[in-house]
Amino acid sequence: MVTGAPVFKNKFLPYLLVAPQIAVTGVFFVWPAAQAIQQAVLRSDPFGLRTRFVGLENFKVLFSDPYYLGAIRLSFLFAAAVTLIALGVALLLAVMAHRPLKGARVYKTLLIWPYALAPAMAAVLWLFLFQPSIGIVARALQGIGIHWNYTLNGGQAFFLVVLASVWKLVSYNFIFFLAGLQAIPRSLLEAARVDGASSRRVFWSVVFPLLTPTTFFLLVMNTVYAFIDTFGVIDALTKGGPGKATETMVYKLFVDGYKNFQINSSAAQSVVLMALVILLTAVQFRFIERRVHYA
Amino acid sequence: MRELRQHGLAHLVLIVGIALLLFPLYMAFVGSTHDAATIGRGRLPLTPGSHMAENYIQAWNYGTGERVAGTPVRIMMANSLAMALAIAVGKIVVSVLAAYAVVFFRFPGRMFFFWLIFLTLMLPLEVRIIPSYKVASDLRLLNTFAGLTLPLLVSATGTLLFRQVFLTVPRELLDAAKIDGAGPLRVLFSVILPLSRPSIAALFVILFVYGWNQYLWPLLITTDPRMNTIVIGIVKMLGTSEAMMDWNLVMATTVMALAVPVVVVLLLQRWLVKGLVEAEK
Repeated sequence: MVTGAPVFKNKFLPYLLVAPQIAVTGVFFVWPAAQAIQQAVLRSDPFGLRTRFVGLENFKVLFSDPYYLGAIRLSFLFAAAVTLIALGVALLLAVMAHRPLKGARVYKTLLIWPYALAPAMAAVLWLFLFQPSIGIVARALQGIGIHWNYTLNGGQAFFLVVLASVWKLVSYNFIFFLAGLQAIPRSLLEAARVDGASSRRVFWSVVFPLLTPTTFFLLVMNTVYAFIDTFGVIDALTKGGPGKATETMVYKLFVDGYKNFQINSSAAQSVVLMALVILLTAVQFRFIERRVHYA
Repeated sequence: MRELRQHGLAHLVLIVGIALLLFPLYMAFVGSTHDAATIGRGRLPLTPGSHMAENYIQAWNYGTGERVAGTPVRIMMANSLAMALAIAVGKIVVSVLAAYAVVFFRFPGRMFFFWLIFLTLMLPLEVRIIPSYKVASDLRLLNTFAGLTLPLLVSATGTLLFRQVFLTVPRELLDAAKIDGAGPLRVLFSVILPLSRPSIAALFVILFVYGWNQYLWPLLITTDPRMNTIVIGIVKMLGTSEAMMDWNLVMATTVMALAVPVVVVLLLQRWLVKGLVEAEK
């Protein structure tokens, strides 16, 4: 922060300035989060007449519930698939678009636009292609003998949810990888070439290591996206089904809390997810601190 | 020669990548130009049909066809636009004010407020759905525009971004303004804000898209169809997404819903890229 004496001395103005942000934060962030933590250690009877303190009982129940354990496993598998595919594809495209090509600007623009789409909208576009009876891709798959029906087949539903999520994420990653590539001094690459390194060698020994900070940042952001923001994709495409094949932790929290009114269990699920997000944010900021040193 | 071959490969990879990104969008457009029966038979051609005008007019004015019940696109568009603008402008105002206080004033509780703002990073809506809904319901904010936007006006990202920007303002400039007799608000409006214009533009693009694309919160807060944003409206139209429904109307609505944020991103592409890359520093 600014070193030395403060720029302004004023008793009330600073409080007035932070007031809007603090008020909304207090009412819509801190209070609900505190409520979630409180509800997580209580249990109410089905009629909401009596509430008692049960300590960590809700968490014990949660972590012995095979459905919740399934949702955890699914979320991690889903996050790994989405993150790895989106990072790989975006890096490949960014490296290609970074070359001095004719029409590079047009390519870049055509790669960026899906950033503008809501996850739920990405889901709608893919749904139209894969709807079992009218989707043209679905019909083509059935034409070559694949029994395509993601509303019945859990594996296919998972595939479709991953596809729509990755599709939307690629442009975000592309923007960052391209910025990362542009920040690498050309002289460094030329030096490597003069030393006789092949372009593959230049990429793996010079470019890729220099992109590590970007890659790491995107890894965290993509994981958060896969856990949190894909709610819209799942809600529009599969609603967690068929069975529980696409029910991630966030989707299960929504179903249990909003649809089934299981207040205490959903509060415990909220706390678990909060812990996860805090962990991811901490990882990200620890790493950003380090990057400031290197920059 | 090797150079040429490598460039050929790059062109190929990029064209395939772009084709995969564009294909669903193109087919949505094609779907929006045929009649419902053509799509319902599962024989959608790969080229546009002749029903474009009537599909778009019907979706825009009524939103409802024979086999789908929706809200007119013009209403949903207006809702989405109002929400996106309110969130983008409101968030920028709130963030600028808070960042200004934290950077240029020293006051008891300053660090506490800073950490409180920082804390919001770790509490995305999705992890506190039920209690947030309850707060909004207790405050009688369900089905209101205030309820739709107010809780989304706050984020650590905006405040942290402006904090970074403000920290780079040269101290001499501020001292000079003070010597000229400018008070804190005058300095904010005449020195700080003009200097922050590029960051404000960049953040505006990001936040407009963010606002337009909200999903979970509007889903919880608005049950009245006339409050539907367009993203919510489309998913509601889909319902159980059966074969026999007015896919042509759904796709016309989808194309219109996409057009707005896509055009904003394409027009302000330079600001978007700058904003994204800077906001994460």
